[in-house]
Amino acid sequence: MTTQPTSSENGFSLGALFRPLRQALQNPVIAGIALIVYLIFWYLILSSLSRQDPLFPLKSMLAFPPLVLFPFLVIGAKLDGRFKALLILAVLFIVIPLVGMYDSSYFELVIQICIFSGLALGLNIVVGFAGLLDLGYVAFFAVGAYLWAMYTSNVDTWFKINDLLVPASSFYLFLFFGIIVAAIGGITLGLPVLRLRGDYLAIVTLGFGEVIRILAVNANSPTNFTNGSQGLDGVARPPSLPFLTELITRVETSLGIPINNAQSLSQQALFYIIAILIVALIIVIARRLDNSPIGRAWTAIREDEVAAIAMGVPLVRMKLLAFAMGASFAGIIGVLYASKQSFVSPESFSLNQSIGILAMVIVGGIGGIRGALFGACVVTLLNLQVLKNFSLQINNWKNIDAVIPSWLVALLVFAVVGYVLFLVVRALTPLLISLARRLNQNFNAQQIRVIVLVPLLIVVAINALQLPSFRFDDWPTQLEPAKYERLVFGVLLVVMMIFRPSGLLPEPRRKMEMQESKSTQASVPANGGKE
Amino acid sequence: MVSVRSTTDWLYRYVVFPVGQMLIFIIGAGLVVSVLAYLLAFLFPEPRPNIILVDQINRQLPGMLIAGVSLGFVYAMIALGYTLVYGVLKFINFAHSEIFMFGSVIGFEVMRRLDDTGYMQGWNPILLVAFIVLWAMLLSGLLAVLIERIAYRPLRGAPRLVPLISAIGVSLFLTDAVRAFQAITRNEFNLTYPTIDLPWLKNPIPLAFGETTVNVRVTSIIIIVAAVLMLVAMNYFVNGTKLGKGIRAVSQDMSTASLMGINVNYMISLTFFVGGSFGGAAGALFGMNVGTVTPFVGFIPGIKAFTAAVLGGIGNVTGALLGGLALGMIESFLNGILVYFPALGQRYTDVFAFSVLILILIFRPSGLLGERVDEKV
Repeated sequence: MTTQPTSSENGFSLGALFRPLRQALQNPVIAGIALIVYLIFWYLILSSLSRQDPLFPLKSMLAFPPLVLFPFLVIGAKLDGRFKALLILAVLFIVIPLVGMYDSSYFELVIQICIFSGLALGLNIVVGFAGLLDLGYVAFFAVGAYLWAMYTSNVDTWFKINDLLVPASSFYLFLFFGIIVAAIGGITLGLPVLRLRGDYLAIVTLGFGEVIRILAVNANSPTNFTNGSQGLDGVARPPSLPFLTELITRVETSLGIPINNAQSLSQQALFYIIAILIVALIIVIARRLDNSPIGRAWTAIREDEVAAIAMGVPLVRMKLLAFAMGASFAGIIGVLYASKQSFVSPESFSLNQSIGILAMVIVGGIGGIRGALFGACVVTLLNLQVLKNFSLQINNWKNIDAVIPSWLVALLVFAVVGYVLFLVVRALTPLLISLARRLNQNFNAQQIRVIVLVPLLIVVAINALQLPSFRFDDWPTQLEPAKYERLVFGVLLVVMMIFRPSGLLPEPRRKMEMQESKSTQASVPANGGKE
Repeated sequence: MVSVRSTTDWLYRYVVFPVGQMLIFIIGAGLVVSVLAYLLAFLFPEPRPNIILVDQINRQLPGMLIAGVSLGFVYAMIALGYTLVYGVLKFINFAHSEIFMFGSVIGFEVMRRLDDTGYMQGWNPILLVAFIVLWAMLLSGLLAVLIERIAYRPLRGAPRLVPLISAIGVSLFLTDAVRAFQAITRNEFNLTYPTIDLPWLKNPIPLAFGETTVNVRVTSIIIIVAAVLMLVAMNYFVNGTKLGKGIRAVSQDMSTASLMGINVNYMISLTFFVGGSFGGAAGALFGMNVGTVTPFVGFIPGIKAFTAAVLGGIGNVTGALLGGLALGMIESFLNGILVYFPALGQRYTDVFAFSVLILILIFRPSGLLGERVDEKV
């Protein structure tokens, strides 16, 4: 029943508590040591987790994200640039591979994060740099993926029948083909939509993405190209490197990890290295673009198209370049994805995927490279780690027949219902005060809240106490958190737009724009034209 | 608003004119599409061995027309929601397709609850349909208002992409929220309307057109009748009442309207309510027609209705009607005719709708009835 001023005082005292800590971290030596301790701490935690533990999903869900988000902490810290680079390289090439050796699912996850980072960086060029909202971005990802899959899959498609299959070693060549083909796709999309902007562009690109997906579903007859909705499986992987296998075996023996799958682990490690290199390449290109005349032309187009034309920005060329660059990143990532999954189906290229990538760009901070990477990490972790592990955890609890005792159920229900009631009463306070005035009673806001809330809360408490305990066996089978990624994306998008439209790690320039437009746009304020 | 002098004048303005307009649109769209179909038959007389396309078209024409009109009205009702909101706020309410979905789920919930009581068979058919549709309208309208209040109002005046992204978020959230609700209460997502208990709804009515007899579905007739009634009411509301005048004023110029003493926020909420309730009604009628709905049912009709709104000219109420009818008619014909072309087949119907959308946006972004608006610098 705290009113707003007291809650903000609480926040203030919390801030005061952390202030000495924050001041200490301004010192580079302390910050460096703290970061190294942090890294070792999470490494030790992760390497000590055992899959036999019934709480394993929950623990791994809590322990892995801090490790993955470590590079962002390093970037934010006040340290020497070389030391930062060293720390990031250490986490990328030592700690994460080591953790991956203990449990290869972490490898898998980090590769997925790299894949989505690449996609987010590509979409960031189109949406963030040039301001063209593209909801069909995943189509270019599909183009890259299908390009490699069609030439190497073991399904009897037109390519196999005509003996057009290529050896697995041509993977590296196809990474470049993926770039070229997807860039051509980007220009093909870009040409007809040059005149459109904003909402219309979003809808047309959405339509384009759906058309590509429907084509992939239906291009199995009369000639079989994509094998329809069954997808192409047995997609080739690049040949594994023997020295990598040897290295992994050696490290595993010296650390005392039981060697069970050095071969598949070295395959994973190879993908991991390729993915890291591709993302690094994309980051370099994106940074160079951002700081070039091209990047400035994109900014000009984003902020005011008409003014940009007037200033002599070659609009057609710049827009097409933005589409082509964004698409080419998706294309190379698509080839990697097809090869890594070894299976490609239209399911992976739905509108949801496009919106997921958009959510990454927006969560991190639209228009910034660091933001796009951060968003990709956060959203991928949420989607593939948190939700999935939550599902696994519920399954585990089901298997060991766990029960939430009735007092805990009562507490949870009371907390949730009570909080909702509090919000409702707070929103209705003016109404309640005026009602009380009608009855010739004068109360201030706080009094009326207490008078209304306390009896309500007592009723809720009495009812909550009568609830039975909850058995996890009764959890509905369809309510599997892993399948509710849309809920997460949806809430993320709305909440970000309302509270932090410039993202969690905003670029200074974008932040300025968002604030400026909020304060200067002449329009009817949200509190109504009346007041 | 010109003052209305007599009853005949009123009748002409609010009943005869809109109904006549609808009739003209239906006949026009039907004629154009029929001509195109026969042209196709002239170009490809025998797409498959032993199938004469002209004979097939002759046989199926009345059925396709009726199906096209009912489909077109569903699209038109959804398209109205897009167009009204666009008219007032100048942004595309991406979540509208999910409001349509919500309406269809509400229709299912109401009908199943009635069925559980066991008295549903005894209800008067008209009363039953009206009851279900009104519930769907009410709740969907309220949902639309709530969405506007929570997700769009705080973003008014922000750059254009911001509310659009928020709308996409709302749309995703609604799909999964409904899914989660159904998972908790029913543990499945395929919601089948209990129409099996209503023989009058299930059995088609045979209608004779010359030599051929067409089995017309009762739900098609319900959709057409309900849509005509609602569209007439809508026309009266927007053009004949004070509130409608307020909405039109806000859509013309928001800040001037607020200077004239119009409560802009109230008008915007009202617009969302009206648009949402039309979407919800369309959802319930659509659900009764197809029988089974899921939380994912909104996307395709939503995007097609959006296509319809753009086809007619977004922001233009008459345009939404025309666009919906035209698109429904085209789609119904494609469904009927593409079967005979083995290389294409019906599976490309959806691609066609998207292609129409893309082509209109590129060549005539203002739509059939819209006016060209020049970019303000």
